[in-house]
Amino acid sequence: MEKFISLTTTAVPLSIENIDTDQIIPARFLKATTRDGFGENLFRDWRYNSDNTPKDFVLNDKKYSGKILAAGKNFGCGSSREHAAWAIHDAGFKVVISSFFADIFKNNALNNGLLPITVSPEFLQKIFNAVEANPKAEIKVDLENQIVQIVASGEKEAFEINAYKKVCMINGFDNIDYLLSIKDKIKEYEAKRA
Amino acid sequence: MAGKTLFDKIWEKHVVTTIPDGPEVFYIDVQYIHEVTSPQAFDGLRKRGIPVFNTKQIVATPDHNVPTLEQHLPIKNDLSRKQVDQLIKNCADFGIELYGLNHPYQGIVHVVGPELGITKPGMTMVCGDSHTSTHGAFGCIAFGIGTSEVEQVLATQCLLQTKPKRMRINIEGELQKGVYSKDIILYLIAKLTAGGGTGYFIEFAGSAIRSLSMESRMTICNMSIEMGARGGLIAPDDTTFNYVKGRKFAPQGADFDKAVTEWKKLFSDADAVFEAEFTYDAADIAPMITYGTNPGMGIKISENVPNSKDIKDVKEQESFDKALEYMGFHSGDKLIGKPVNYVFVGSCTNARIEDFRIVAEVVKGRQKAANVKAYIVPGSKQVEKQIYAEGIDKVLEAAGFQIRQPGCSACLAMNDDKVPAGEYCVSTSNRNFEGRQGPGARTLLASPATAAATAINGYITDVRDLI
Repeated sequence: MEKFISLTTTAVPLSIENIDTDQIIPARFLKATTRDGFGENLFRDWRYNSDNTPKDFVLNDKKYSGKILAAGKNFGCGSSREHAAWAIHDAGFKVVISSFFADIFKNNALNNGLLPITVSPEFLQKIFNAVEANPKAEIKVDLENQIVQIVASGEKEAFEINAYKKVCMINGFDNIDYLLSIKDKIKEYEAKRA
Repeated sequence: MAGKTLFDKIWEKHVVTTIPDGPEVFYIDVQYIHEVTSPQAFDGLRKRGIPVFNTKQIVATPDHNVPTLEQHLPIKNDLSRKQVDQLIKNCADFGIELYGLNHPYQGIVHVVGPELGITKPGMTMVCGDSHTSTHGAFGCIAFGIGTSEVEQVLATQCLLQTKPKRMRINIEGELQKGVYSKDIILYLIAKLTAGGGTGYFIEFAGSAIRSLSMESRMTICNMSIEMGARGGLIAPDDTTFNYVKGRKFAPQGADFDKAVTEWKKLFSDADAVFEAEFTYDAADIAPMITYGTNPGMGIKISENVPNSKDIKDVKEQESFDKALEYMGFHSGDKLIGKPVNYVFVGSCTNARIEDFRIVAEVVKGRQKAANVKAYIVPGSKQVEKQIYAEGIDKVLEAAGFQIRQPGCSACLAMNDDKVPAGEYCVSTSNRNFEGRQGPGARTLLASPATAAATAINGYITDVRDLI
């Protein structure tokens, strides 16, 4: 997994609530057997008409760019498909900021080096306002100190992250490496139960 | 010290070890896998050169991608066939039991596990599918995971988990005529919203829940994820034990009695503490239907679509308006009487034998409306067999319905069972998201009874008018 320490970048504002993983990556694109290439179908049906002509959608709006996706509350609800996290990451995003994440999506994101940051609804609104007023407005994410900041105004907010997950993100560790390292302990547990 | 919840009791037994300041190493008794969310996990094992930790604790079946007609022929869609073939290869390479297409046990994972007696009280179970919460109906901790976690469980039979909060929802009293478990869960999601259960594991309790069959309980736990909950569960009782008894992988004879003694300890203590608790009167629940694009946007079928102007929060109002625009509805619309051309009875929510019995009861002696195309899809080969054994097929065919073969089908439209853009579908599945049943499709979630009544009339119908 890629390491994540800090990042200063512009953001794409997607101020819709309850964005489900079926919108992030529709089921018909889940037929691949590898983890690559999902980015081109990210938000497919919001980005394109059925004849593949582009729709009026924020990801098609050239004035917005950057490695942060800011989205409305209850982001990533619905299906457990990790393809949603893969698609966002594959499209070049490193961070998703929302005021509320669905549980499974949050885990999936963290398992792929995509940082989900939960901020207050008020701060999320400030980010939307800043980016919509100036698409070049930069947002700084400092994972070490757990701070997210709107660079121009200096407004900032602290965010929570599980201490273990933070260590994983900063060092690029996978859960599976840790679990494999304690296999003997797992076997002991199994023997005790039997 | 306060007593323990049912959830705590099962959780504590499955903690292998705790990482200081971190999550717990949580042991998984059974992992179910299917073709869509597992290939990249097996790839990961190959790259690391490691085997599956416990092959006997993994069960596989293809369901998401499979056609529901002519399953004996090769799958026509190249990508779907490739994915199903990959599952066959992965199971063969790693030594995992596979109930493939044409196997008598094939079906939707969440229908297959319980009916074979693989799902049993007190277990922990996962699957790369959010509706794994279904198995909680047996008094299990069961939840959906992503593919990286599928790989972790394949490799170590464990996951790193932070214990969620506990919620209890009590439904007390008797359900009215025409009201089924699907209506209970749609009612609860409408009350608590699509994100209202996030961070929680929900125990469903109360006299109305106790009175339900296992099939009905599974429908409720299945959709606990639609409130954002990690999962839902119900304390096992005689209904549970009687359901499990005699099934293929259930303990037999004296072993079963021994198991029941243990299972009877699985309940929340009287002084157990829940971080949140709600109680509802069963008599207040009516046949429900959704009008929007998340499962929380539901109303009693006789009510009108809520008014956008009544929503105070601006962002919420924008999302609400966007949903109504997608659905082609307006504030205050009456849904009963709206023409509907598609009906789907199926999915891990409502494709068990009881669901088809209910449909048969409603349609018996009637004819399907000419404008309606119906997908009637059993949840498994075993359910399909029972449909024929009970003569439900005769009733449905006489009414003009065709019974298809098992799979996830039009719930997520990964196969050919799609609803065209702009068309309405009254569906017994679990999600009414934009495009869920095909690009542009408009889904209205309801019970099998409401779906059947709608198929007969060709417009949205209150089933109480037909029974």
